Amino acid sequence: MTTYYTKSHEWIRLEGTEATVGITAHASEELGELVFVEAKDEGTEVAAGDAAAVVESVKAASDIYAPVAGTVSGFNDRLSDEPTLVGSEPEGEGWIFRMTVSNPEEVTSLLTREQYDAL
Amino acid sequence: MSDTLQQTPLFALHGELGARMVPFAGYAMPLQYPAGLMAEHLHTRTKAGLFDVSHMGQIRIAAKSGDVRDAALALESLVPANYAGLGANRQRYGLLTNDEGGILDDLMVANLGHELLVVVNASCKEADADRVEAALSDRCVVTRQFDRALVALQGPAAEAALAPLCPAAASMRFMDMIETQIDGIPVTLSRSGYTGEDGYEIGCAAEDGERLARLLLAQPDVMPIGLGARDSLRLEAGLCLYGNDIDTTTTPIEASLGWAIQKTRREGGEREGGYPGAEHVLRQAREGVSRQRVGLMAEGRAPVRGGAKLFADAQGTKHVGVVTSGAFGPTVQAPVAMGYVETAYAAVDTALFAELRGKFVPVHVRATPFVAPGFKR
Repeated sequence: MTTYYTKSHEWIRLEGTEATVGITAHASEELGELVFVEAKDEGTEVAAGDAAAVVESVKAASDIYAPVAGTVSGFNDRLSDEPTLVGSEPEGEGWIFRMTVSNPEEVTSLLTREQYDAL
Repeated sequence: MSDTLQQTPLFALHGELGARMVPFAGYAMPLQYPAGLMAEHLHTRTKAGLFDVSHMGQIRIAAKSGDVRDAALALESLVPANYAGLGANRQRYGLLTNDEGGILDDLMVANLGHELLVVVNASCKEADADRVEAALSDRCVVTRQFDRALVALQGPAAEAALAPLCPAAASMRFMDMIETQIDGIPVTLSRSGYTGEDGYEIGCAAEDGERLARLLLAQPDVMPIGLGARDSLRLEAGLCLYGNDIDTTTTPIEASLGWAIQKTRREGGEREGGYPGAEHVLRQAREGVSRQRVGLMAEGRAPVRGGAKLFADAQGTKHVGVVTSGAFGPTVQAPVAMGYVETAYAAVDTALFAELRGKFVPVHVRATPFVAPGFKR
């Protein structure tokens, strides 16, 4: 199981065709404390780069993009009551949504950790 | 950060404090410090925060006659407020109007006893000063003071922080304004602000600005606060942001700022009208307006932000207004907003729906401020 990254600061972790998506610690730091997180409804089809979730700080709303094409298959319900979890554990318990990816091979076109860190 | 941005006298200090700087009204300004917006907001509501507002414009108006009342009467030709009746060492809010009754800027005017001190928004300061100069220069000397330092110390601990440095501060009441000294630094000191909390706004020469700010930051319970929290604090306090909630397309009556026009300037008053657009504003005060600025609170936690459309029905078929400012209120722990709605929907507790990412979120018209004011009246 490998984690890949996007230039827009999402991470995606793939198991078979099921993936978990969140934002990187760097992105979370830039956004500041979150007050609201919401993903598209389960079953929503998304292309790579489509907005699949939104995170809101006091001041601004930011879209979270689907790193690859697929279908939204779940939301981290803990974030409804505890949106700050994204800030405290961005790359763990603070994951944002799950998706069924259309083509698992597509993730290999994303960034590796080393490539992301070098940005 | 662009080279063309201006710097306030506290620019170097912001860097030292670790501020994240953003362009605002032509200045490099601190958006937030390492504590972050949420912590800065809550600290200001419970203790005291120090804001750099040096980007705002200060304009002095002195009557050629030597009588400050003549300067006040002259300014009344541009602003529908009773400044001739403003006592010495008192400050009063006001609005600069255009010929249609639209709002060119909102401002604070203080009677220093010998002249007026006007504080205006950064983005409007040159235009405001031009307008004041053009209208008043036959009777008054108008001086731009755009290079001074201005800081705001806001919050329930503000008095305790300032009093040891400036004993006169403790006995001041809300909207008092004096000229005094803080540790030998000559300052203008008013008990006012833009957060809904008790506090002070302190002006001094640019070269004394950093020393003044360091003195204040060294007091117990004082931390630096950026523009981000300044915005969420003023929104919870129900205060308008020029350019968002009021502008040339909104009149004082539509903006629910009729309280800023004192009785003497209203219909039947001693100095009724007599400012640009007065006939429109007087007519609206008499006959009512078709839309009005209101406070709004949304259900759930999702912030409803500026630009969101407001509807009378959950299907989004009857469009009745628009949100002009909105954020998550850190103190009220709920989404708060203000906007304009058709007058029939402006009553407190009216149920409306805001369009948010293709959905229609229930919102209610609510009285402002959203938090109880902490002013020392």
